[in-house]
Amino acid sequence: MKINVDRERCVGAGQCVLAAAGVFDQSREDGLVELLSAEPPQELHAAVTEAELICPSGAIEIQP
Amino acid sequence: MTGLNDIVVVGAGAAGATTAETLRRQGYDGRLTLLGAEPHLPYDRPPLSKQILTGHWEPDRIRLRAPEAYDRLGIDLRLGIPATRLDRTGRAVELADGSRLRADAVVVATGVRPRRLPGREGADRCGEPAGVYVLRTLDDALRLHAALAGGPRLVVAGAGLLGTEAAVAARRLGADVTLVCPARVPLLDLLGPHAAGLVAATHRGLGLRVRRDRVTAVTTARGAVTGVRLSDGSRLDADLVLVATGSVPCTDWLRGSGVSVEDGVVCDLLSAAGPGVWAAGDVANRPDPRTGRRGRWEHRTHAAEQAMAVARNLLAGTAARPFAPLPSFWTDQHDLKIQVFGDLAGTDRCHIAEGSPAEGRFTALYGAGDHVRGAVAVNMPRQAQRLRTLVETRAAWTDRPPQPTPLGAADT
Repeated sequence: MKINVDRERCVGAGQCVLAAAGVFDQSREDGLVELLSAEPPQELHAAVTEAELICPSGAIEIQP
Repeated sequence: MTGLNDIVVVGAGAAGATTAETLRRQGYDGRLTLLGAEPHLPYDRPPLSKQILTGHWEPDRIRLRAPEAYDRLGIDLRLGIPATRLDRTGRAVELADGSRLRADAVVVATGVRPRRLPGREGADRCGEPAGVYVLRTLDDALRLHAALAGGPRLVVAGAGLLGTEAAVAARRLGADVTLVCPARVPLLDLLGPHAAGLVAATHRGLGLRVRRDRVTAVTTARGAVTGVRLSDGSRLDADLVLVATGSVPCTDWLRGSGVSVEDGVVCDLLSAAGPGVWAAGDVANRPDPRTGRRGRWEHRTHAAEQAMAVARNLLAGTAARPFAPLPSFWTDQHDLKIQVFGDLAGTDRCHIAEGSPAEGRFTALYGAGDHVRGAVAVNMPRQAQRLRTLVETRAAWTDRPPQPTPLGAADT
């Protein structure tokens, strides 16, 4: 699994941080998504998939 | 998997597309059809009144998933074909092209259409005089964007989230814009006084006029708009009119199906609307266990959350769980990014938690009955998450975080 985030699409809703805190964070300056781990371990895949689905701006893309 | 072999999701906006995708991710391996009335691949609507209307983004940019994703997920995506009838006893959905799809379960995600001005409720797009626009679909946004070239005079009827965002976008394109707002201040009920005040100041700074009134009719000459009439009897000249006065659920196709419809599809706490029928997104009218009231939530976050809940509940059988999200939405107003959690309606106290309205960035808590009921963040998205928990747990008002900077005037 490889994750891409599009900071221009991000609206800073923070849903990804709620779903997968170890993988996503919000930047201190603008609150937009920051990727902590672009290739997270297997045990986080379900949480990351949840984050991709719940993201209200479609800013998270997962490559299988 | 509860004996389901055919699921039809009607509506391919955020709610429909997320339902279909979640069904697959939850392990559903039967036939799955996603029907869209529009010809476009599922796309995200919030940018329509922002980056698409201003022309900063190309339409491809708002696709929810890459075109090949639907094949990969085994979703039979059929675009440009509205559903015309639900046959519950025959377990089928009928389409405008005459075809009939078998359905063990149907998810209604047909969304809403813009409300028209009084007396024009039945009008379709072709029936409107030239110069009258609505903004719901990608095609609507592209048409309005094209019409905004050359600095026309635009009247925006309605000053909710859509009307205000579109007015800002049009102003940035150089249009001469008047926002006709029936309320004292645009967005006051939704955002509270501090954030609504900043929005009003931003609108003024952009040279956007706000007129406190209601549009009652469009005036025309030779089939084209010349202006609008207001409820106080006066007239405003205009080359273009954007009608942004709310929306109507798309439920006509459910007539005679036995599905209960009253301002949307009437659902229960699980988002079910009867045996084998579910609803998600703008079209769903559901009870809110937090307040005991029923309603529809026309927000992007809600669409995704309800879609995921519906997909899970549909597959869960007796293990289905009530859907009780914390309401939330955001709006961009030029350089203000505003997030709201919970509900400010009926709150009687406010506490600025961080920053200050004067500096254009702050977080605020709103409360009633000694409990936190809502939170607003302006240009502080990271800090907003901390307040979210206080709203979600209905924290005691006395547990609110201390105010870091003295701002006596804001605390009431």
